[in-house]
Amino acid sequence: MRGCLFAEWLSPVEEISTPLDSLHCDCYGREGAIVIVTILDVVIAGLLLGGLYALIAMGLSLQYGVARVLNVSHGEFIMLGGLITWTLTTQFGLNPLAALAVCGPLTFLLGYILHRTIFRRLASTAESVGVFEGNSMLASFGLMFIIQNLALVIWGPEIRGYSYLARPVNIGGALFGANRLLTLGFALVIGLIFYLYLARTRMGKAIRAAAQDRDAAALMGININYVLAICFALGAAMAGIAGMLISMSYPVNAVMGFEYTTIAIIVVVLGGLGSIPGSFIGGFLLGLVGSVVTYFQPGLALAAYYAIFILLLLIRPTGIMGR
Amino acid sequence: MRTHRTILKSLGGLVLLVLAMALLAGLPLYASAYTVILITSILMYIILAMSWAMFSGPTGYISLAPAAFFGVGIYTAAVLGLELPLPLVILLAGVGSFCLALLVGGLTLRLKGIYFVIFTIGLVELIKNLVLWYEVTFTGTRGRFVVPVDNNTVYHVMLTILVLLLLTAYLIRRSRFGLALQSIGEDEQAAAHVGVNVNPLKMIVFAVSAVFMGAAGAIMATRWSYVDPYIAFNPLFSFMAVLMAIFGGLGKFYGPMLGAVIIAYLEETLITRFPYYYMLIFGLVLVATILFLPGGLVGLAPKLRSWTARRERAHPGG
Repeated sequence: MRGCLFAEWLSPVEEISTPLDSLHCDCYGREGAIVIVTILDVVIAGLLLGGLYALIAMGLSLQYGVARVLNVSHGEFIMLGGLITWTLTTQFGLNPLAALAVCGPLTFLLGYILHRTIFRRLASTAESVGVFEGNSMLASFGLMFIIQNLALVIWGPEIRGYSYLARPVNIGGALFGANRLLTLGFALVIGLIFYLYLARTRMGKAIRAAAQDRDAAALMGININYVLAICFALGAAMAGIAGMLISMSYPVNAVMGFEYTTIAIIVVVLGGLGSIPGSFIGGFLLGLVGSVVTYFQPGLALAAYYAIFILLLLIRPTGIMGR
Repeated sequence: MRTHRTILKSLGGLVLLVLAMALLAGLPLYASAYTVILITSILMYIILAMSWAMFSGPTGYISLAPAAFFGVGIYTAAVLGLELPLPLVILLAGVGSFCLALLVGGLTLRLKGIYFVIFTIGLVELIKNLVLWYEVTFTGTRGRFVVPVDNNTVYHVMLTILVLLLLTAYLIRRSRFGLALQSIGEDEQAAAHVGVNVNPLKMIVFAVSAVFMGAAGAIMATRWSYVDPYIAFNPLFSFMAVLMAIFGGLGKFYGPMLGAVIIAYLEETLITRFPYYYMLIFGLVLVATILFLPGGLVGLAPKLRSWTARRERAHPGG
């Protein structure tokens, strides 16, 4: 029946355990815990989740903020990173961290090629920024279908997982997986490196200029198409790396992408479209919200995300750090 | 002379349409049960694509909310199907979607461009998660069974909804509201300046377009017999509506219909044999349409004509 076939598609929440589910496991099951420890539990779990959210949002924010592409296929790059890491780890016996050397460059290259072929052409034919934003978003919907179903052909719909650094670490009485701490560490380091890249290098300056005013930047001698393609590729690479980190802590499969895309979109809108610090603030904020709501009413965490998202769009669509 | 010709042309179109509808109405009499089911699915997609195009075509607001309105219809049938007669259920589904669209439209149609799009994505997910939470927490089960209706009835109801939709869409397009919508799409501020009451107009047309999606959802639910939030609020319904309308082309009234017929038929034939490749193909079609066919299929005809004309001018007689 068609309905059932449709249901398999885009419904990863129920089938694989998501960051929210495992968060749920972290917070429960210890009866008689002192209130302070519980609060600490919830806050740290929220921060760990928030680091992951910030990382996946940063790439999307870069792609929209500079290249003006609301890349709906962002989650598919995360999925690619996760599944490639799974393949390298379980089939070739590599350390998951070593997959970084494959996932990063591969998704970077893919993003670069996609921008050079599809989005550049769209930008040159669109009569206004608004038209380009609409068209590029629709094209990225097409990309989402293409990448997701290519992955289904290659990897099948099965849920994949492996165990890496799963031993618990004690933080002030609360136990957390070492792999999740590693994810948070990675998110912070990547955020810092990227911030320095934007602030200190020549290319970073060009990116900031292009984000402010594309035409003026082009007139100043910046090779604008190159800069935009690099931004798109960097965003894709961040998604790929996030996918690698996600696969260390959570199971992955070929249809997981869209859920991460929607979370990334929420975080980016929360922080302000196109603002990198905003991505971090939004990510940690959403992680905390998810953690708190999960503590009280586990089934409502995703609904809470969307409720916040919709309220925010109505009250302050430009987000916390938006101009 | 010119008006004469357009009147004749539209009259011809009308006759053709009435003929086609008569042929379709009698379908269960001469076609196999499979054909009836196939055509029902195609009709459903035509309804989704055309009602999407009714609002989004002229205004340029890309709405990804069809899945929300469709899902509201599905859940109306699932909740009320047992207690109320079918026509009332379908009517209520339409009214429910209308109210939701009015609310959403009132809140969000002032959002510009990309913000409106992501709002509508979020809306579908919000409703899905709320319904899921409600079902799991209060009813204890995830899905619901829908009272089944025989296939020929489903087919005829779907056809009736489509006829009403075509009528409404045509009337709106030909009236001054259609013109006003078009002007909003071209330049909203200018439209407001020349006296178009922009926000109420957008809201009403958005809500009217949702009625048909809700009604289609209600009747489709009776065919599926089992629904849960993942089936009912599947964003794929939004994507398909948009893909079909854009592929067919928004420039002409029949463009979205053309796109829906082709893609829905392809889906029916491909889905069982190549479940992954068919979505892959749709992705490729979407990207290719946006890149190379901005006017969709209906935009292709004048291009081809001018191309052959240019060729003939360049090589007369050859």
